[in-house]
Amino acid sequence: MYPLRRLSVFMVCLVVGAAAAHADTRPLRVVSAGGDLTEIVYALGAGDRLVGVDSTSRHPGETQKKAQIGYVRRVSAEGVLSLKPDLVLGANDLGPPPAVEQLRATGVRVAIAPEGDSPDGVLDKILFVGRHLGLDDEARRLAGEIREEMTRAIETAAKSSRGRKVIFVLSVGDSGVLVGGENTAADAIIRLAGGENAARGFEGYKPMSRESILQAQPEVVLMMKNRQGGHRSTDRILDRPEFSMTPAVASGSLVTMDGLLLLGFGPRTPKAVAELSSAINR
Amino acid sequence: MPLVRAMTGGFTPPWPSKTPGIFVLLLGVLIVVALAELAIGPVNLSLQEIIAGISLSADSQGSIIVSYIRAPRLALGLVVGTALALSGCALQGVLRNPLADPGLIGVSTGASVGALSAIVFKDVMLGMLPPESHVYVLPIAAFAGAGVVTGFVFSVSRRGGATSIATLILAGVAVNAIALAMIGSLIYISDDQQLRDMTFWMMGSLGAANWTLVTVSFAIVAVAAFFLFRMGRELDLFQLGERAAYHSGLDTERTKRKVAVLCALAVGGVTAAAGPIGFIGLMAPHMARLIVGPRHALVLPAAALMGTILLLMADLGVRNAVPPAEPPIGLATSMIGGPFFLWLLLTRMKRDGLNA
Repeated sequence: MYPLRRLSVFMVCLVVGAAAAHADTRPLRVVSAGGDLTEIVYALGAGDRLVGVDSTSRHPGETQKKAQIGYVRRVSAEGVLSLKPDLVLGANDLGPPPAVEQLRATGVRVAIAPEGDSPDGVLDKILFVGRHLGLDDEARRLAGEIREEMTRAIETAAKSSRGRKVIFVLSVGDSGVLVGGENTAADAIIRLAGGENAARGFEGYKPMSRESILQAQPEVVLMMKNRQGGHRSTDRILDRPEFSMTPAVASGSLVTMDGLLLLGFGPRTPKAVAELSSAINR
Repeated sequence: MPLVRAMTGGFTPPWPSKTPGIFVLLLGVLIVVALAELAIGPVNLSLQEIIAGISLSADSQGSIIVSYIRAPRLALGLVVGTALALSGCALQGVLRNPLADPGLIGVSTGASVGALSAIVFKDVMLGMLPPESHVYVLPIAAFAGAGVVTGFVFSVSRRGGATSIATLILAGVAVNAIALAMIGSLIYISDDQQLRDMTFWMMGSLGAANWTLVTVSFAIVAVAAFFLFRMGRELDLFQLGERAAYHSGLDTERTKRKVAVLCALAVGGVTAAAGPIGFIGLMAPHMARLIVGPRHALVLPAAALMGTILLLMADLGVRNAVPPAEPPIGLATSMIGGPFFLWLLLTRMKRDGLNA
């Protein structure tokens, strides 16, 4: 495995080196602001071109070694410029607008990704990253693979679906819980995995009252694994009366998944669909 | 200082002889900090690039960073620091309350309500406007919010042609509470991205500075500062108490109105450009009084210098703390401001309620 990977890295270096020698416009110092975009850059084998990532870029592990530019919606123009990038790949919500304007004013290429919390969105983002990295062929190949995987995962999920009502809990506070309503990445992934979103009637991530949670009768509680891998917040959920009386807790259907995997809509989304589907349709 | 005495023709000025020296020192520190703001940043620049950037012959990326990012930022810092310090100084003087700051009369929360509404209702509002104007919707909304809320506070506390200071402070507290409730509702109806935007806006930043923003806020603050600088004597008389000031021939109503309008203008203008930046308005006047004494003719300019120095130092701090990321400036000013505020409180307690 290792020698093979090293060989492929070597090949990439060769290709990149050759391109640079031909004075190609292929960017070699890339800043990626967006966890999904960073994953795609790595999936295209161009991870070594990244010189900086934002705080949502947590996968793969190598991102931890890159310079950290902060939260994607609050980047500092000069901070990004200090990395001397020749391309900034930004998620749809890259900001604040003045910083983006300043980056462009200094002549840095800033490419804003298409919005995409959907299977097609993932493919669009892959083609977008490929186009800007000068890796069109690789991107088309990757998009083709992901499309197949995705179709397979969604079909399998649909077949095994038991129409379970899933509630996505973003965070548990002392005053209430934040759950994922309609038009959220959580809602999209739950439906792809053959579940039904129990939190309906509102959009976005909102606090949901105890009574409405009880009324919604969720059969599965879905949460993000916290970064340390602990389960403190899942314990706190079990103690809360609005959850302890739901079918979800009664049957012990508590699912935790990595947040970026679950909600990122990057190249690992087929995997997320498969994992979630097997967890909720057990 | 014999030189000063010689210049003033043997007349002994009514301030301690070391005062001119203090001003020269403050000005010197300000110049050093301002140059540092231009020269030090996450991107290392050569001296030539910095000079090219300042002389507006920007050609390389380095000099563009100076002329597009650092210089407007420095200019905005000067404007914001001056506005906050002068307003704080005038309000503390008129309200005769050392703990008064521009937030007290609702300017900051008013601006916040305006700006946060702009963030939340962005999608609804922007559809109706040409795209070039989008960048200015938030500052305009913030400025309007500051004006409306401050105007409301003052009109509520004005009865029969007289403005009661006690009512003014209480009305300020009440209106701040109402505004905070409005902010709460905005937070409730916002989605998670808007929520992040709002949180960061509330912590303030000079990062949005561009020359248009600087020009507009400079024009607003220059008008307010011009009149505030000339209020030294009026503010001194107010220290005797409102009645004594009135009997010394001061039109106290007019002074109060003037301070309110000028502060709303200045603080509204800079909050619109940089978000609510805490503690400068509270801190700078106190530091100024500590070093130049109680005369407002001296406290006002000293506070303006202190305010800009503090703000630029905070900005230097946040820009260079964890590059390439940048924490909000509100964190830095409050981190200096919080301990200072405590210290002020404790020493006042020791002095057993004597006036500062």
